This record gives sequence, C-alpha cells and structure tokens, in this order.
Amino acid sequence: MAKFETPLLDDLEKGPWPSFVTDIKRQAKTKPELEDLLGQLELSYKDKETHWKHGGIVGVFGYGGGVIGRYSDMPEKFPGVAHFHTVRVNQPSGLYYSSAYLRQIMEMWERRGSGLTNMHGSTGDMVLLGTQTDQLEEIFWELTHDMNTDLGGSGGNLRTPSCCLGMSRCEYACIDAQNICHDMTQTYQDELHRPAFPYKFKIKVSGCPNDCVAAIARSDFAIIGTWRDDIRIDQAAVQGYVKGELTPNAGAHSGRDWGKFDIVKEVINLCPTKCMSWDGNALKIDNKECTRCMHCINVMPRALRPGVEKGCSILCGAKAPILEGQRLATLIVPFMKMEPPYDECKELLNKVLDWWMEHGKNRERIGELIGRVGMREFLKAAELKAIPQMVKEPRSNPYIFWEEADVPGGWERDLAAFRKKHPL
Amino acid sequence: MDIEELKAKIMEWANKSTKPKFYFKDMGKAAPEVGLREIKKAVTALVQEQKLELWSSGSTSMYGVKGKGLTEEQQMGKHEE
Repeated sequence: MAKFETPLLDDLEKGPWPSFVTDIKRQAKTKPELEDLLGQLELSYKDKETHWKHGGIVGVFGYGGGVIGRYSDMPEKFPGVAHFHTVRVNQPSGLYYSSAYLRQIMEMWERRGSGLTNMHGSTGDMVLLGTQTDQLEEIFWELTHDMNTDLGGSGGNLRTPSCCLGMSRCEYACIDAQNICHDMTQTYQDELHRPAFPYKFKIKVSGCPNDCVAAIARSDFAIIGTWRDDIRIDQAAVQGYVKGELTPNAGAHSGRDWGKFDIVKEVINLCPTKCMSWDGNALKIDNKECTRCMHCINVMPRALRPGVEKGCSILCGAKAPILEGQRLATLIVPFMKMEPPYDECKELLNKVLDWWMEHGKNRERIGELIGRVGMREFLKAAELKAIPQMVKEPRSNPYIFWEEADVPGGWERDLAAFRKKHPL
Repeated sequence: MDIEELKAKIMEWANKSTKPKFYFKDMGKAAPEVGLREIKKAVTALVQEQKLELWSSGSTSMYGVKGKGLTEEQQMGKHEE
C-alpha cells in the first residue's frame, strides 16, 4: 500500500503516453524511499510550489560541477528524499553505449542511488536522479575507476560537449563530429569541472547542416559540418527518383501514399534560395547561391551528396528560453577546415571565452552579451571580420565598420561652426 | 603575483564581503590587476584547501567562505538550536 495518497499525481498516469509517475511507483516497490518522492511531489502540486530547496553545497573533491544538490525543505515528513542529489554523467560521443556498460551504470545506480535516470538531459549527459551526500565520492570513484567515465558539467562551467553520430553512421557527415567532441571535452577539462564562467557555456558539434543535435539553437559555440565546393550530382540517380525507381527521403516517409514523386514540387520549389532548376532531363544547381539547407540532399540522397571540400561553419550565441528568452546562433565563421588537433577552432574559442569571462555579467550567456554590447565588440575580441550573414536587419547592425582613423577629421567636429552654418 | 599572495588577497576580500555567497567574477575585485584565469587558479586551490566552498543551483555556481552563511549541516535540515 502506498505511503501517501497521490490523487494529483495519479491523474498524470491517465492517457496513452508513458508516465514518469508510473515509473516512480514501479521503482518504489524496490526503493521504498521513493514513496517519499511521490509524497513530496504530490504536496508540491497541491501547494503549487516546489519543496526542493534551491541548490546546495555539495560535490566531489576537486570538481565544481557534475553534482547538483537537491534537499527537501520538509526532511522530517519526507526523510527518504531529505537529500536527493542529481549526478550528471558525461556521455560518450554520439551516445554510443554497450549494453554491458549500461548494465554496469544501472547496477551501480540501483545500489548507490534511487535507480531513477533521465536518459538523456538536454545537454546530453546521463542524468542520475537521487542519491545521498555520503554516496557521492563512492559513485565518483566507481564511475572513474571502474567505468572509465567522468562527471559532466553543471553550474557556471563548460557543459558536457555533445555531438551527433557523425561519420560512424551518417553519410552526410562533413566532419568527424565524435572526435571533435571528444577532443574538446579533453582539452577543456578545467573549464568543464571548475566553474569560472559567468554562466553555462555549451559546445555542440553536428556533422552536417541537418544539425541533429540542434547546435544552432542550443549551443553557445556551434560547430556544424559543411562543404564549400559544389553539391555532387548523379544525374542518372536523379532520373531514378523522377521515374519512381528510387524512394525519396530513403523511405523515411514511407507507410503512406504520397503520390508520384514530383521533383519540381518537392525539391526545386522548396529550395529556400531558388538556386535549383530542372528542365526535365538534368538537375542544375547554382552552388554559389546554396545555403546548405540540406533539403534536396535529404530528399534524394542517392542523387545528391555534399561536396568534397569539407569543414565546418562556426556559430555563436544560441540559448534556450530560460532567463532572457531564446536566441538562435549567429554565423561567425562560414568555413573552417577541421583537422586534428583543431588548433584554429580552439584559438577562436579561447578568444571568445576570454572576452566573455571579462565582459559578461553574472548569469549572462555569450549571445546575450553580444546582443548587449554589439557584434562589433565581439568581432574585435574574436579577431574576425564582419560578414553579411551577421546582419540581423538593415540599418540595425551593419557589417561595414568605420574606425576613427578611417574618417577624415576623426569623430570630433566643431559644433559651433556647424551650427553657425546650419542654424536651428 | 605569487599565488600565495593572491590567495591571501582573495580570502581577505571574501571575508570582508557582506554577501555570504558570491559569483566567481566578483572575486576578481580582490585583485583587479590580475587576470581572471589567474584568479581561477588561486580560487581552485582555495577550494581544494577547503577555505572556500562551492554552492550551485545546477545552472549557476557561487563561491563562499566555508562556514559563512548557509552551511552543509543547515541545508540538510540540521539547524542549530
């Protein structure tokens, strides 16, 4: 019999979707302390306020992130969740696990924690929910020594870099997203584990402009694979799609009759820059106008492939809606070659981080800082040239800048003489 | 500046602070002539020595002098009589 009546939570079990309440109830059969989690959660719904204290002083020795303190504000009533800390575990690049590894993680978490997980957090970490303070060092020891696994990032740190499957499984990948992600994680260990940033900072790596990890929308520093030569076209395969011999989107939308494939309607007319044409025999692409949206390649993957001169675009300043609202990233480097050890990329990132550390307000993401002081100041710090893609709208943030030395007479002028000539 | 000297300056600033917890960047005021990267090395050492401690909400991090303001015991509900 349940320890607490939970009518409000029970309501969340209705409907066809999976319910975290059902999951917790099931887990409570072997972890009785989770009855207190259900009880506290029910009370939070009833009181319309959380009964977790805000944050906490907790962690493992030598690290300033990876463990998030969660304390109940009613420990006498809910002793099972008096402390219920979260542990963020650094996921492997591309989220590749063996089943043996996952069993090892879960065996440890059943033994030392609640057994509840969030696979995965929005940054990509494995999130282990609910353990006590005296278990933290033991968990850290087992993760690092027995599973060769590190904690992830939290707080004002670099967050765990994340990436897509990259070249391991995806023919579109223009860069080795997994290796870049791993390299960045290793290079920036100090930034990952010891907080010194104004706020969180996320690096995400996508192998191609499909951007499966949403780097353009979710990361402060987005590395997105691209190419700078021409899309490769196999005209015979294009004919194959037109004649119905090949399935569009590699069959991703099969299971419903969409009618005969219409290359003009489904590809040519949907090109955002109208850089494609079809004369009934051959597909032509005006590559200098292509924005690498990937739509045509996604629809006809046998016929179209990214070019051969591959690298990445780098974008900066995206964030999710919390605090100041959502921002998409701004393109700061249209193309950069990405070969190990990725020094050019790291040099740029170091400049970006130094500038943000110096000028960012507390709890201000880098995109917000750029918005506050202007792209021009950011570009000076990053030693980058302005490009048209940085213009948000005409007149508000031009990409042609004038220094005082470039202007005859500088910024100073004789206002009295000016007014004498132009009286008000 | 020698790291020991920097650590002493940071602790002096932190002990004088009226706030029980402060952001990392605020500790730069302890030695404005030194870059934040140097401050970080000294702060990291002070945390290792358990003179400073870290508080985190999960999204942000703050530092504090150990024992000043909220303590580990208090947050576990063990309030002193």
